[in-house]
Amino acid sequence: MAILSFPAVNAPPAPIPAAPALSEIFLPPVLDAGGMGFLMAQLTQVAGPVLWVQDRQTRRESGAPYLPGLGGQSLLLVELSRPADVLMALEDGLRCPALSAVVGEIWGDPAVLDFTATRRLAVRSEAAGIPCWLLRRGAHPNASAARNRLRIGTLPSAADPDDPASPGDPRWQVELFRCRAAPPGTWAVRHERASDRLDFADLAGDRALVETKPGLAG
Amino acid sequence: MKQNPDWPDDLPLALATEGTHGPVIHDVNRAARLAGVTRGARATDMRALCPSLRIEDAMPDADRAALDRLVFWARRWGPFSARDGDDGLVLDTTGADHLFGGEAAMLADMQARFALAGLTARLAVAPNWGAAWALARFGPERAISHDGADLLPLPVAALRLSDDTLLLLRRLGLKRIGDLAAIPRLSLTRRFHRAPAGDNPLIRLDQAMGRQAEPVSAKDAPEVIQSRAALAEPVQDPTDWLPGLTADLCDQMAARDLGCRRLILSVFRVDGERRDITVATAAPSREAAHLLRLFDGRLDRLDPDYGFDLITLTARAVEPLAAAQPGLDGRVDEALHLSRLIDRLSSRFGAGAISRPALAAHHIPERAQTGGALIEAEAPPPPDMPTRPIRLLTPPEEIRVLYAIPEGPPAQFIWRRQTLRVARYAGPERIAPEWWHDRPGTRLRDYFRIEDAQGRRLWIFREGLAHDGRGGPPRWFLHGVFA
Repeated sequence: MAILSFPAVNAPPAPIPAAPALSEIFLPPVLDAGGMGFLMAQLTQVAGPVLWVQDRQTRRESGAPYLPGLGGQSLLLVELSRPADVLMALEDGLRCPALSAVVGEIWGDPAVLDFTATRRLAVRSEAAGIPCWLLRRGAHPNASAARNRLRIGTLPSAADPDDPASPGDPRWQVELFRCRAAPPGTWAVRHERASDRLDFADLAGDRALVETKPGLAG
Repeated sequence: MKQNPDWPDDLPLALATEGTHGPVIHDVNRAARLAGVTRGARATDMRALCPSLRIEDAMPDADRAALDRLVFWARRWGPFSARDGDDGLVLDTTGADHLFGGEAAMLADMQARFALAGLTARLAVAPNWGAAWALARFGPERAISHDGADLLPLPVAALRLSDDTLLLLRRLGLKRIGDLAAIPRLSLTRRFHRAPAGDNPLIRLDQAMGRQAEPVSAKDAPEVIQSRAALAEPVQDPTDWLPGLTADLCDQMAARDLGCRRLILSVFRVDGERRDITVATAAPSREAAHLLRLFDGRLDRLDPDYGFDLITLTARAVEPLAAAQPGLDGRVDEALHLSRLIDRLSSRFGAGAISRPALAAHHIPERAQTGGALIEAEAPPPPDMPTRPIRLLTPPEEIRVLYAIPEGPPAQFIWRRQTLRVARYAGPERIAPEWWHDRPGTRLRDYFRIEDAQGRRLWIFREGLAHDGRGGPPRWFLHGVFA
């Protein structure tokens, strides 16, 4: 099962493993929705509603998901006040086989989000076969049992062929800095909105590392 | 009997329904009645008569449903009760009044309890339905009558007749019931022999005078599905009894093909107090494991004090629920699982915390997404939607613009003390106010998609135009973030 699909024949393999697991995305500032865009580009290919749980701080600082911009992805939105409640709701969501993914947004480094809590989520996610994503803003990559940990920021967008003065397809800098099943790497990812696919291009000089280890496709 | 919303009773209030030529007064409170507002009049006329009159929409169906529930509540005073038209209750208290200390004391008790429920009631006791109807509406306050002669001075409208018949009686010069009663029966029979029984003055007169029986046909109260555990000794924690009670309740519902949407756990403490915990489900259910899980974490809030010796579990909002059979292909029933998840989340975090956003046909971005129904068939997205951000800030945050290009976006602006420079932009996309929703004077918005040097893609808008006559200079807001 692959989350990322690559329609082109000679496209590079997906550098991020696709098995359902707990993944953490670290987003630097408030106004940066790159991580969410990257996440949504992966979720658009799954059917079924997505449970989206937010804590109050995230909602106040950086707003809420907006359905008209998400291409009609079916969402079940839960707004809670405390990070502990968010974790509880995520665990509850991972019990429900009707969901296609579970996403939690937690602001900062709350004490409840420790190694044990992430391990509970990771084990549940793998047992249920439902991917679980944590979007973390203003947070530090402390000890965590997340299988994939990414740091995502925005890059200036690709040129729009119709209007050079306007923003084109979004581009992000995606850094996979911890992963169980694949070597880490940094990519410039371009989201082609017309065909809804992701183009990965190596940014750091670890192209050799990726190529020497075959079978990294998810 | 009147609704009593958050509006003091000494200020005039009227409820209106839609009539042929605009709203028509459906009902009024006491202050409005004293100010001269009458039922059935046009709302505009009555507002001219009484400028301080507040008019609200009447909800006749909801009133009727509330009255139907009140019928069962009123059985505390007598065994037979029924709804009487759209605005009354009839209660057969034969042989029951002495339990409340006589008829007068019973009426006082009724009035006090209705007042506690926020309702104004006009009450009367009479030997039969027709007389009680007349006295409650046209007689003195808390009238008690044992004799048909009490009705004679009342107007003929007290006989439950239609407007046409009342008009006819008025033309005949018959204003009071006494006038009608004085006419020979044969003449009345001849004159009204074509009238239906419910609108025949003679039959209505006989009913009011007790010469013709009119029994109250009372509906049976809906059966309460409940399981209870009476304990020999007071205990502090109901956890051990809950699985047994739930299983018993679910068996009772399964035997009747029912499912419940609300469960109430009540514990009766030894000091005579009662504590309730209510959980609700999004879809009717009678699965014991699911219902049991809804109480997770809720029992901590139960205050047991010195313990309790009776536990009841009551199913409310009971609906028919046919037995479901699992599909042959072994697929999970997604709607069922989703509704269970919604139940668990809303019982733990409150129903207000959960929403299922849905697209709505609106131009204004805040209205293009609504909190839709939690359980609903998925609607396919419209084929081409304009470019919209993936996150929306509610409310939009004002930004301070340093250098504005006259017809373009700002070159630079300050948001939360950060200075952002616009590197690229697209727009404007003009979104005009929806005049059928918005207040007059709402300003239009010009939206720009902008990108700064670091690649942060934002959605900003200018509210209004310079010199559009709708306020001062236009203001700028940050409304959303693109991927």
